[in-house]
Amino acid sequence: MKGYARYFGNKLIWFIITFIIAFLLNFILPRLMPGDPVAAIVARMAQSQSNASGVQAIYRQYTELFHTNEPILNQFFIYIRNVLNGDFGFSFSQYPRTVANVLRISVWWTVMLQFPAIIVGWIIGNTLGALAAYIKGGYDKLILPISIFVSALPAFGMATILLVIFGVTLRWLPTSGGYGFDLLPTFNWKFISSVILHYQLPFWSIVLIAIGGQAIGMRSMSIYELNADYIKYARFMGIKDTKIIRYVFRNAMLPQITGLALALGTMVGGALVAEVVFSYPGLGTTLLSAILGQDYPLISATTLIITIMVLIANFVLEILYGFIDPRIKAAQSD
Amino acid sequence: MKNTLKQVFHSGKFVVGFCILTFILLTVILYPLFVKTPPLGIISQGTFLPPGIYVNVYDSVGTKFYILNLDDAAAKRIASKLSDDDRIAMKEWLVKAGIPEQQIDTTDTKALLTLWENNYDPKKQVPGMIFAKTRYYQRLNASLQGLLSKEGVTIASTDPVSSTLTSSGIIRQTDYVNIREVPNVRTLLLGTENFGRDVLAELITATGVSLLIGIVAGLIATSIGLIIGLAAGYVGGTLDDILTFFTNIFTVIPSFILLILISFSIGQEKRGAVTIAVVIGLTSWVWTARAVRAQVISLRNRDHVSLSKLSGHPIARIIFTDILPYIASYVFMALILQISAAILTEANLAILGLGPRTTEVPTLGLMLNWAFIYQAQVLGKWWAYMPVIVVIALVSFSLNLMNTGLDQVYNPALRE
Repeated sequence: MKGYARYFGNKLIWFIITFIIAFLLNFILPRLMPGDPVAAIVARMAQSQSNASGVQAIYRQYTELFHTNEPILNQFFIYIRNVLNGDFGFSFSQYPRTVANVLRISVWWTVMLQFPAIIVGWIIGNTLGALAAYIKGGYDKLILPISIFVSALPAFGMATILLVIFGVTLRWLPTSGGYGFDLLPTFNWKFISSVILHYQLPFWSIVLIAIGGQAIGMRSMSIYELNADYIKYARFMGIKDTKIIRYVFRNAMLPQITGLALALGTMVGGALVAEVVFSYPGLGTTLLSAILGQDYPLISATTLIITIMVLIANFVLEILYGFIDPRIKAAQSD
Repeated sequence: MKNTLKQVFHSGKFVVGFCILTFILLTVILYPLFVKTPPLGIISQGTFLPPGIYVNVYDSVGTKFYILNLDDAAAKRIASKLSDDDRIAMKEWLVKAGIPEQQIDTTDTKALLTLWENNYDPKKQVPGMIFAKTRYYQRLNASLQGLLSKEGVTIASTDPVSSTLTSSGIIRQTDYVNIREVPNVRTLLLGTENFGRDVLAELITATGVSLLIGIVAGLIATSIGLIIGLAAGYVGGTLDDILTFFTNIFTVIPSFILLILISFSIGQEKRGAVTIAVVIGLTSWVWTARAVRAQVISLRNRDHVSLSKLSGHPIARIIFTDILPYIASYVFMALILQISAAILTEANLAILGLGPRTTEVPTLGLMLNWAFIYQAQVLGKWWAYMPVIVVIALVSFSLNLMNTGLDQVYNPALRE
C-alpha cells in the first residue's frame, strides 16, 4: 500500500502543477485581447442614450464592476479570490446574469452528455478492435476501413449526418435543443422523456466517433499482443483460446486506457463543437455565444471549467490505471 | 529510396489514400485555370438557391424557338404545377362526392385530373363544408382549367414613348429553345449558400486554403516536436527534465482550449488563414515531441551512434546521419497525421466563430460556420454543408489511410 501512496502522491502533485499552469494561461491569454471589452458593452447599452455624460457614467460604473481599470496583477488576485468563491463575475454579453449563473446548468448538460458517450464509445470500440485482431479475415477487412473512415470524420460531421438522416429526413428524433421548446425544466415524465429523445443524436454521434479511433488503436495493440511470445507459449501449452483472449485483452487494454487519458482533451473539444450543431444547451453552445458576444469573463470561465473537467477525468484515469496495471505496484514497492 | 517507394506503393491502403488526395489536389489546382469566375463573388439574390442549371429567361425568349411535339409535355407541366396539398384537397372533395377512396391515386396526375373533370361540379353543395372551402375548390378548379388550356403565352413589350403594351409574339406550349443557343446559362452544380455565392467555386478555393492551413500547421508542429524531441532525447539530463515537464503539462491541458483562448486573444481583425495555421501548429507539437523523444532515447545507445561519438563526429552530424534516418519514416507519418488533425482543428475553431476573418478567404470551417449559423442543416439545404463535410472527411480519410498504409510497411508487426 505504501507503494500506491507514493504513486498517487506523485500523480496528485502533477495534477496540481498542471492545474496551476492551466489556470495562469487561462487568466492571461484572454486578457491579451486588443480593444476594451467594457467599451463594447457600454456602446451596446448606450445605443438609446444621447446624453454623453450618462454614457460616461455607465462606462465608469462598468469599469469598476469588472475591475478592468486596475493593474493586471491586482486583477489576477481579484480573479483568484473570486474563482475560489465560485464567482466568475458578470457576463458581458448576457449582463446582468452572472457567469456562474450561465454556466451552472450548462456544465451538467455537457458532463451528462460527453462522459457517458466517451465511455460507451471506448468500450464498444475496444471490443470491436480486439475482435478484428482476433477474427482477422473478412471481418477485419470490413471493420478497419470503416473505423478509419469514421475516425477521420470530425465529430461535427458525424453530428450533421445523423441530424440530417434521423432528424430532418426521417423525422424520428428532434433536431435541436436539450428538451422541447414548449417545456419548462421540471421533474416530470413528459420533460424527462423529451430530454431522453433530444439526448439520442448528440450522444450517438460522439459514441460513433469514439468507436472508430479506439477500434483502430485496440486492433494494433491486440495484434502486437497476439504475436507476443507468451501467447505462442500459452498456445503450445494447450491453454484454451478463451483464456488466452482474456490475457490479450487485458494487456492490450492498458495502453488504451493511457491513450484515452491523453486523447480526452481532443475528444472533448470535438464533442463541444458537435453540441453546436444540435444547439445542445451545454458548454459548447455557451462558448459559441460567448465568442460571438466578445464575452471574455464567460469564455475564460467556460474554458477553465472544461480544463478542470478534463484534468479531473485524467487524474481519475491515472488512479484507475495504477490499480489495474500490476507493474505499477511492482515498480513502486521496490 | 527507390526501393522504399516501391514498397510503399505496394500497400493498397496507401495507394487508395494517395489517389484520393491527388484527385482533390488536382481539382484545387486545375479548376481555377478553367473557370475564371471569382470564387467569392456574390451572384444570387436571396439565400440558398438549390443546385441546378440556371437559364436566363429574358435571353431564352429572344432565342430561336424550335417546335417539339412531345406527348408527355402537358402532363409534366401540370404535374409540376399541382402541389401535394392541392392533390390531397382534390382527393378529399372526390371522396366526399362519393368516389371510392381506393380508386383515387394522388400520384397519378392524369387519372386524378380525369376524375376531377368528370366529377367536379362547382354548384354542388357538399354537406358540412364551410363556404371558404367551397370557394377554395372553385378557385382550384379555375386554375386547373388554366393549366389545361392549350393557349400560348403572349409576350408584350412597353413602348417607351406612349407606354402602351404591344404584343411582339406568342410562345406556344410546344416551343423549345436549345440551351446552347441561350447566351446566359449558369450551371450551379452545388447551388448557392447563405450569401448567394457559388458553393462549388467557394468549396474548391476553401479546400485549397484549408489544405494550406493543414500543411503549414503540420510542418510547424512537426518541426517543433522534432526539435524538442531530439533535444530532450539526445541531450538528456536537465534539458530533458525541463522539456519533458512542459511536454507532459501540455499533453494534459486540452490544446483545443488553448487554441480557443489564443485565437480569441488575437482578435478578429488580425486572424488570417496563415495566423490560424501558425497558432494551430504552435499548440499541437506535443505528440510528435513525445514520440520522437522516446525513439531517440532508444536509438541513443545503439552501437552505430556510439561509434560515431567515439570517432569525434559533431552532434549535428550524428543527429543527421545516425539518428534522423532511423526516425524519418516515423516523423513523416506523424506529419501526415498532423496535417489531417490541423484541417479538422481549423474547422472546429471556425464553427465556434474563431476561424480566419471572413472577408478574404473561404475555408472549409468558415463555410460550415455560416451554414450552421443560417441553420442550413435544419432547413434541409444540404448543398451548403454536406459537400463541405464530404470534402473534409475525404481529405482526412485519405491522409489517415496513407498513414495506416505506411504503418503497415514500416511496422513489421502489423503486416498481414
